[in-house]
Amino acid sequence: MRPISRSILILVAATFAAPVMSDGHSSAALEAAAKARGASMSLVGYNIGILGNMAKGDAPYDAALATAAAENLLAAASMSRIALYLEGSEQGAVPGSRAKAEIWSDPTGFEEKAVALETAAAAMVTAAGTDLDALRGQMQALGGTCGDCHKAYRGPRN
Amino acid sequence: MRRIIIALIVVGVAFGLYLTQPRSLPDGFASDSPADTEAGALAFAAAGCASCHTSPEDDADGPPVLAGGQAFASDFGTFYAPNISSDSTTGIGGWSLDEFARAVTLGVSPKGQHYYPAFPYAAYQHMTEQDVANLFAYMQTLPDDATPSRAHDVGFPFNIRRGLGLWKVAFIPDDYVMAADTETLERGRYLVEGLGHCAECHTPRNALGGLDRNRWMAGAPNPSGKGTIPNITPEALDWSEGDLVEYFNSGFTPEYDSAGGKMAEVVENLSRLPEEDRQAIAAYVIGLQAIP
Repeated sequence: MRPISRSILILVAATFAAPVMSDGHSSAALEAAAKARGASMSLVGYNIGILGNMAKGDAPYDAALATAAAENLLAAASMSRIALYLEGSEQGAVPGSRAKAEIWSDPTGFEEKAVALETAAAAMVTAAGTDLDALRGQMQALGGTCGDCHKAYRGPRN
Repeated sequence: MRRIIIALIVVGVAFGLYLTQPRSLPDGFASDSPADTEAGALAFAAAGCASCHTSPEDDADGPPVLAGGQAFASDFGTFYAPNISSDSTTGIGGWSLDEFARAVTLGVSPKGQHYYPAFPYAAYQHMTEQDVANLFAYMQTLPDDATPSRAHDVGFPFNIRRGLGLWKVAFIPDDYVMAADTETLERGRYLVEGLGHCAECHTPRNALGGLDRNRWMAGAPNPSGKGTIPNITPEALDWSEGDLVEYFNSGFTPEYDSAGGKMAEVVENLSRLPEEDRQAIAAYVIGLQAIP
């Protein structure tokens, strides 16, 4: 086969494949990635909720439970972004996704923000086991890392 | 007859000029109070200056560089936040305290021109003389930046700044919206209706851009064009005082989602304030009139 007709064939094949494939991932894989990210965020939120309810005084302070929640949070926050943030799964491309395209255009900035959450979560493990004041004091730093990242890399809900 | 018409036109023009005249400060504004830069940093955070006046690329920790340049789209054109860094040419480094006070509380430039109300002087009019002086002193400690301010992109007739005098008369009443009967509510009102200028986004506007005080904090379209700014009156928001205080402190909602977008910057500012201020703001929000 002449090289030129081969490239035409590849082009034609690529055109047909385009609706299913984007940057090497099938649309089902991209949707699954967005769903898994949502689930990991639910885990983060659930465990911060245990800590936050203690900070607000809506739940009694319990050092063991607080430490467990902070450790879960750290584990959820430490999951590799490589597997979760598949390229092509941004808001608009995949239903339910609120990931901004900047996650992939500015990977260094995004990774920095993600590491900031890991660091704050690790500090929360210590704070949560210390006492209620320490836990309360770490809520602001922890929440700050969420807001920092969401400001830059999460799209609007509606 | 012609004489009467001419006389009417002259009177009309004179009245129009009178109405649109940029106001001056009362004498001796803020002049007898020594400024406190630490208190100024708090006023700066409460007033959210950095949220609009840092450059769009600015993401650095450390003292904010108020180089300006962020774009604010509106029905009347696109406004660009000016450079208000301490640079004496491009910023406000060469201003006097009186010039600064007139700009912030009356929306009038040192040259005597009206500013567009994208600058929330309708709220800042409530700023105490002491806070104005503190804020000015603090802002002089911030870095200078030589980036020139970008001209607003506003078409006729909104590009006639003199007309803003009428807008001010029509849409900036000088009283507060909420009748605050406790010290906490008073402080909350000062922070919400004044420095925090929350209504600028959370209250809908009429066709000419004036705030609709009958729908105070009842939510509005997002000026950025995407989505809406939520109704935060008790009709739509059932958060407890503790929920609100935690939100202002860490950005966590009662469901432990976190603030995003412009509100993430607001939370960043509010988290710098003393706890009592966050409580006062929460008390104000809970005290809002419920509007569906």
